[in-house]
Amino acid sequence: MIRINCPFCGERDHSEFSYGGDGSIVYPSLDAPAEEWSAAVFQRENIRGMQTESWQHVNGCRQWLLVERDTMTHEIQSVRAAHDGVGKVLEKGQ
Amino acid sequence: MTAVRVEQGGVVDRQSEVSFTWDNRHYSGFAGDTLASALLANGESIIGRSFKYHRPRGIMSAGVEESGAIVTVGVSHRRDANVKATTQELFPGLIAHGQNAWPNVRHDLGAVNNLMGRFFSAGFYYKTFMGIPPFEWGRKGTGIWMQYEKLIRRAAGMGRASRDPDPDHYEHGHLFCDVLVVGSGPAGLAAAGKCAEQGLDVLLVEQDFEFGGDYLNHGGSDSIKKRNDAVDALQKAGARMMQRTTAFGLYDYGVAGLLQRVTDHLPNADPHLPRQRFLTVRARHTILATGALERHYAFGNNDVPGIMNAHAAVCYLNRFGVLGGERVVITTNNDSAYATASNLAQAGAQVKLLDSRRQVPDSVAGLLNTRGIELETGTTVLNAHGRKHIKSVETAISGGNHWRRGMDEECDLLLVSGGWSPVVNLLSHRGVRPVWDSNNCCFVPAETAEPVTTAGSSLGIWGNSDCEASGLVAADSAIASLGGQSVSVSMPATGGWETPLEPLYEVEIKGVTKKSFIDPQHDVTADDVRLAHQEGFVSVEHLKRYTPLGMATDQGKMGNIIGLALMAEALGREIPEVGTTTFRPPYTPVSIGALAGRAFGAHFKPLRRTPMHDWNLQHGATMVDAGLWQRPWYFAREGETITEAYIRETETTRTSVGLCDVTSLGKIAIQGPDATEFINRVYSNAFAKLPVGKARYGIMLRDDGIVMDDGTTWRFSETDYFMTTTTAHAAKVMVWLEELLQMRWPELRVHVTTVSEQWAGVAVAGPKSRDVLAACLAEPATVSAEALPFMGVVESTLANGAPCRIARISFSGEMAFEVYVGSDYANSLMDLLYPRAMQIGGCLYGTEALGALRIEKGHVTGAELDGRVSIDDAGLGKMASETKSYIGSALRKRPELQRTDRPRLVGIFPKDRSETFKAGSILCSPDEVEGLGEGWITAVTHSPELGHWIGLGFVSGGHEAWQGKVLVAADPVRRGNMYVEVVSPHMVDPTGERMHG
Ligand SMILES: [Zn+2]
Repeated sequence: MIRINCPFCGERDHSEFSYGGDGSIVYPSLDAPAEEWSAAVFQRENIRGMQTESWQHVNGCRQWLLVERDTMTHEIQSVRAAHDGVGKVLEKGQ
Repeated sequence: MTAVRVEQGGVVDRQSEVSFTWDNRHYSGFAGDTLASALLANGESIIGRSFKYHRPRGIMSAGVEESGAIVTVGVSHRRDANVKATTQELFPGLIAHGQNAWPNVRHDLGAVNNLMGRFFSAGFYYKTFMGIPPFEWGRKGTGIWMQYEKLIRRAAGMGRASRDPDPDHYEHGHLFCDVLVVGSGPAGLAAAGKCAEQGLDVLLVEQDFEFGGDYLNHGGSDSIKKRNDAVDALQKAGARMMQRTTAFGLYDYGVAGLLQRVTDHLPNADPHLPRQRFLTVRARHTILATGALERHYAFGNNDVPGIMNAHAAVCYLNRFGVLGGERVVITTNNDSAYATASNLAQAGAQVKLLDSRRQVPDSVAGLLNTRGIELETGTTVLNAHGRKHIKSVETAISGGNHWRRGMDEECDLLLVSGGWSPVVNLLSHRGVRPVWDSNNCCFVPAETAEPVTTAGSSLGIWGNSDCEASGLVAADSAIASLGGQSVSVSMPATGGWETPLEPLYEVEIKGVTKKSFIDPQHDVTADDVRLAHQEGFVSVEHLKRYTPLGMATDQGKMGNIIGLALMAEALGREIPEVGTTTFRPPYTPVSIGALAGRAFGAHFKPLRRTPMHDWNLQHGATMVDAGLWQRPWYFAREGETITEAYIRETETTRTSVGLCDVTSLGKIAIQGPDATEFINRVYSNAFAKLPVGKARYGIMLRDDGIVMDDGTTWRFSETDYFMTTTTAHAAKVMVWLEELLQMRWPELRVHVTTVSEQWAGVAVAGPKSRDVLAACLAEPATVSAEALPFMGVVESTLANGAPCRIARISFSGEMAFEVYVGSDYANSLMDLLYPRAMQIGGCLYGTEALGALRIEKGHVTGAELDGRVSIDDAGLGKMASETKSYIGSALRKRPELQRTDRPRLVGIFPKDRSETFKAGSILCSPDEVEGLGEGWITAVTHSPELGHWIGLGFVSGGHEAWQGKVLVAADPVRRGNMYVEVVSPHMVDPTGERMHG
């Protein structure tokens, strides 16, 4: 059972979180051509090793997080708030 | 047969007799017995029947690896099948039965399978499936399979579970500790003791009902004293100790799954106690002291009752005080059986020891001198004789690299030691592949970065004092990994025997045919492995699937190594080159009840009730599940069927007024300076210019251009919106909005808050809806046609002073309002609306009438918006703005989604208007009623307005493509086929005059 250290709530079981997907994808602007959207939505890497992925602490603080996780070992290298502004507020508070 | 309880010895409590029933006969044993030791003491020999061949089987071991004495414990609704008698603790009143046999295990007619062995060899299921001889007989294989499946299933199976509901309850729990120690033998106790001494929070678990592991198997008070001292010290140090608790699996992040058997050993358990607990433990470090299992080897009839593992006989003698036989033959390839021989001889047995090794040093052989034990070196067993119990063995004599036939030797107990296999299962669960130790001929755990240390014989260390030392080493590494002060302890060497073991997996002499079992639980023989190899199954993983070697409850405990060895031999390779199979959890079986815990029946999923749930029930509602919610389905009046009720509710709503609880819709408050921009990006239709005081129907797409959800959004101020979603997608939409705001558009200053629980909602629908609603408001004029036109929203006050929100929106197609009040006011809202509605002939309506109303109008719900449907497919293409960009706008234009022959939303009429048809039917062209067809039906209802049954569905090209043509609604498994016509989905009031009126 993976444990994720939510920067807002502390370490919790992954059952409190829901998996989003590849967190490294930069979505094109809404008016970008279909090709760009197709690349972002359908052309995905199946990463073996460290991957940045999005998780939401859905049964907790509801924050979306960026998690660096090794897909082979489940080892988690880092967890941070997906929203930069929120992340900065958190840092200041500490 | 000849097994007896000896006069003294053992750790059973001879003062406390325990009576039990085996196959309808009464017996007695002692407290501290297992069912197996008690049966053995009572002279029972045949305890089970084998899986395929129904061969008689006796007790083959003294632990979890048991492959013979597999029984059914308990009766009627407490019947528990496939229990290993060797691990079942005896208790007063225990009732056990033999299984897989008729009429009983002693006389089993199914044993005829034994004569048909040729047909039941490896892969016989697959062969019957494919129609390979001898099951072919000129017919298609699958046809034959259908014929024989029932027969084979009845003939080849194990115990039968009770079909009644499980009367017991189970609990789930969570535990945390610094160090989890699995196993309480010499290594486990030593490791736990040292960790606890250092102040670590230790949890020790033991699958047996006694702590001590191998300490229990040695005669004399020394080892029992060692155990008692270690247990006392642990208790004093505050360690938690759980017996009857199996660590069945090891998972990520130091998580282990435990199964604690709480009442399985109690005659009259406190009903408040759970039968078992399923515990998830999170340990910072885990020490595995899981021991080793003694192997057998393959020789003829090596499954006859009266043959068991050598060490099991020591366990029965020294722990349970039962001597397994009078004339004992022991066959071994290693030193461990010498102490066994000595032990049994001391207890009075006449012992003959056959050692397959030609050279045995005096230091070992000398053990036997004083006991009158005969030793024959370079000798082993070729074949066992005896049908229901062993009578004699035929020996084989080593000629260097081959065997030749030896003598017959009478015996009533044959003990086998083919070496030892460390229990590496738990580490294997973590993906750590064990490595082959060629000195000891066994797999041992590999180095791992996991926070797991192995100790004792599970590491391939055989002597108990060496195991204790390795437990201290393991404790040391745990202490160090947790940041404690480590003291270096020297690690004992693996093995520990005077003379090396000589590998022995099978004894074979050319021309001697015999049945040699390698996995007795699944009736897998040495020949089966060779057959699998011959038929091309050369990988270990394939071997395991072609023969059932090491499957099911065995999980490779008994025959894994021999199977590998024989496969390696067939391939001409070494064992490590052939590899090992991956052991998977659970180590021993976990009951379904324990997995479910309390999550069954009403507790299977959470129940969501609307705040007017009780009010609805009091007013005659029959409820229906809608996701997690319960909603009113229909409000039957005296004597009405559901169909009569919903038709009446539909008619009343169209002609007068109806009230419907719509609280389950998702409700999201969207607030902030950029709320308008946000909503405009999310919905496909224009929202930028939605005026304050207005609502708009909106559709949101996914990134890939497929419809995600629909609903209305109400604007209360420049910065304050109220969004409703479908009941089904409420949570998903909320997550989606949060993802967009936090991940994609962090620059937008918007807050989204779920307010689904805060507001209770009622739809007031029908031509008289305004009259009813107005009469319930403090200011009736609030909802006048002028003040609140179609799609107008207003914040107002009920006649009783409760604040409310009203929108003039319609799902039914009639003039209608949705009224929301704070959840605490839900009943008071209903108490205002209901009498006024009833006064003018109105009614309450449920989801069935709601469905009828919306189907008549061609309004879509989750049944239509199933995640495959584009906005154009749903006939809502006009809702997709061409002038703005929004989520999904780019990929909506994918050529595939723009094809005009895609299935489009249509209305459906039966060709014969007096007929009906079923939702889920496939729409086919009449000349080709098969395959995927032209579309499908999503919803069906009776339309009071039209006077016949109607439906919604999707058909290629939409209704225009099928004008004047007939389709077949094919429903082969339920109702049969029906001719239908397709029409516009807007079947009632297509221009929408009523709701605007
Ligand atoms: Zn959190």
